Amino acid sequence: MGTISIYIGRLYKDFKGGILVLPSRTIAFFFCLLLLLIPLITTEPYILRVLILSSIFAIFAASWDLLSGYTGQMNFGHALFFGVAAYTSALLNLHVGLPPWLTIPLGALAAVLAGLIVGVPCLRLRGPYLALATLAFPLILTGIIFVIPGITGGELGISGIDPLSGSRLTDYYIAVILMLGLGFVMWKITASKTGLIFHAIREDEVAVRASGINTTRYKLLAFCLSGLFAGVAGGMYVHFMRIAGPSTLELMLSFQAIIWVIFGGIATIYGPIAGVFILYPFMEFLRIIPEIRMLVFATLVVLILLFMPEGLTTWVRDKIEKECPRCKLRNIATRKSCRVCRADLD
Amino acid sequence: MIEAIIINGLISGGVYALLAVGFSLIFGVARIINIAHTAFYMLAAYFIYTFAHLLGLNPFLSVVLSVIIVILIGLVTYKLVIDPVREHGATTLIVTIALAIIFQEVMLIAFGGHFRGVPGLVSGYTEILGVKVTYQYLLTFGVVLVVLLGTWALLMKTKLGIAIRSTAQDREVANLMGINVARTGMMTMAIAVALAAIAGALVAPLRVLEPHMWMPPLVTILAIVVLGGLGSIKGSFIGAFILGFAETLVVFLVPSGAFLKGAVALTIMLIVILIRPEGLFGVAFEEER
Repeated sequence: MGTISIYIGRLYKDFKGGILVLPSRTIAFFFCLLLLLIPLITTEPYILRVLILSSIFAIFAASWDLLSGYTGQMNFGHALFFGVAAYTSALLNLHVGLPPWLTIPLGALAAVLAGLIVGVPCLRLRGPYLALATLAFPLILTGIIFVIPGITGGELGISGIDPLSGSRLTDYYIAVILMLGLGFVMWKITASKTGLIFHAIREDEVAVRASGINTTRYKLLAFCLSGLFAGVAGGMYVHFMRIAGPSTLELMLSFQAIIWVIFGGIATIYGPIAGVFILYPFMEFLRIIPEIRMLVFATLVVLILLFMPEGLTTWVRDKIEKECPRCKLRNIATRKSCRVCRADLD
Repeated sequence: MIEAIIINGLISGGVYALLAVGFSLIFGVARIINIAHTAFYMLAAYFIYTFAHLLGLNPFLSVVLSVIIVILIGLVTYKLVIDPVREHGATTLIVTIALAIIFQEVMLIAFGGHFRGVPGLVSGYTEILGVKVTYQYLLTFGVVLVVLLGTWALLMKTKLGIAIRSTAQDREVANLMGINVARTGMMTMAIAVALAAIAGALVAPLRVLEPHMWMPPLVTILAIVVLGGLGSIKGSFIGAFILGFAETLVVFLVPSGAFLKGAVALTIMLIVILIRPEGLFGVAFEEER
């Protein structure tokens, strides 16, 4: 009995010191908790559906952030990864008969391959050139899909795909846990040494090269990682919607990812997730006014960005936390001195 | 067949040139990738439809009016929405995307999603090399040439043109030399939007109008400016005709080519920039740190 209470005490102490100490971590913790507990409150299929799609798109948006937010390699054609994985999963499922738990990873691998195919030639390009070159790939693929409707289903897409699981509730837990898990993995990647190099490449590529780091290799790594995560999202989407159509390659889907990420806060990983979980349900809510739905949405995005050009989460974080000028550690805004080095916070 | 390809290629190349030159200008001066650029072209076409078709004004008057109104809209959006976030590169991008969506949705609400047509400014046709060429096509091509020459003269010969080109080369130094950089940006935006509006006015009688009509040319002009070299006016001009002809060729010669025309244009762009990463006439910008 004594040992258990010691463990509980230690757990509580870790919880207090690790999570409650920073309001942003507290918010993230309760967000995860809420997501996992929502089925206890409601099992309304429509609400679960919206949240499942939000989770899938959150993976997708975060993967864009991993590539473009961190390394600064603007990818305008992120839907390519989503679409390639979607079509691969769909075709494998339909013609080879593989189950979803195999087709989704295989689709993600196809997306990694797509990342290599795009990355190798395009990494010679810089800035806007890269952005506009990457834009081309999904559109070229769309053209090809329309020309060979026998295999790809043309405009109608491929339908009759196996569902993710039998029930909506299982789907929900698969999507949410996968989203939280992959989000955590991406966050860990960006917090690692590799992530540091990604940051540095965005800020000053020449300086990184001068430090003896092969920037091309790291950029390619970013392309592949991003493709992998976006591919998982694409495969999930196909098995959830049970249709793979050309809309998975659309220009608007790529733009949508950019909107989610920049709205949420670029180069943060949690920003895109917040962005999707705010904007996607909001977009669904706007179905009460179907005629002006997009108009309201776009206007709102513009207005919010005029006030918070760095994105929502960054803006909120700067309001509730401040950085210690000496040790660069983040502190809650109400503190007078840093929680670690006791330096004065102004 | 060949004559038809030449004529259609010249027309679409010309229209693309108008759009791409404006896009390239605003990128050069303000470093903005203005996704909403072709939305202005769509707006102009719809204004002409409103004035000429619904209000029954004189066609020429309605063209002039709509170009002026679109310029005003362009300047207001630039001042209110784009300029305040110009320092945050990525934010500018989605602000322009959102602007394009806003314009599209407003037109969708105002006019509905139906396909609409605008009567030509002039009717009748003549025969060149045995091909029937409508006067509308000739007029379109003539206007494209005149406007592009005018833009060239403006950029090369006037004080404003020098200011625009020097701001594009180096914003800070231009500022130090006493050029009002903010006003130059405004003027560039006005010129770019005017070019887009004229392009819209020219294609309104040739193509169908619908609120999503800004998307296909957007992709093509993005390909054109990259192909020609970002910020290079000459590059945009030549790139426009290369892709204009390529698309026309595909549509005429390949079965179900209409689906592939975008793909072919983009493939050409990819091949060119893979061989020459700064585009055909692009200056390799010094790494901006």
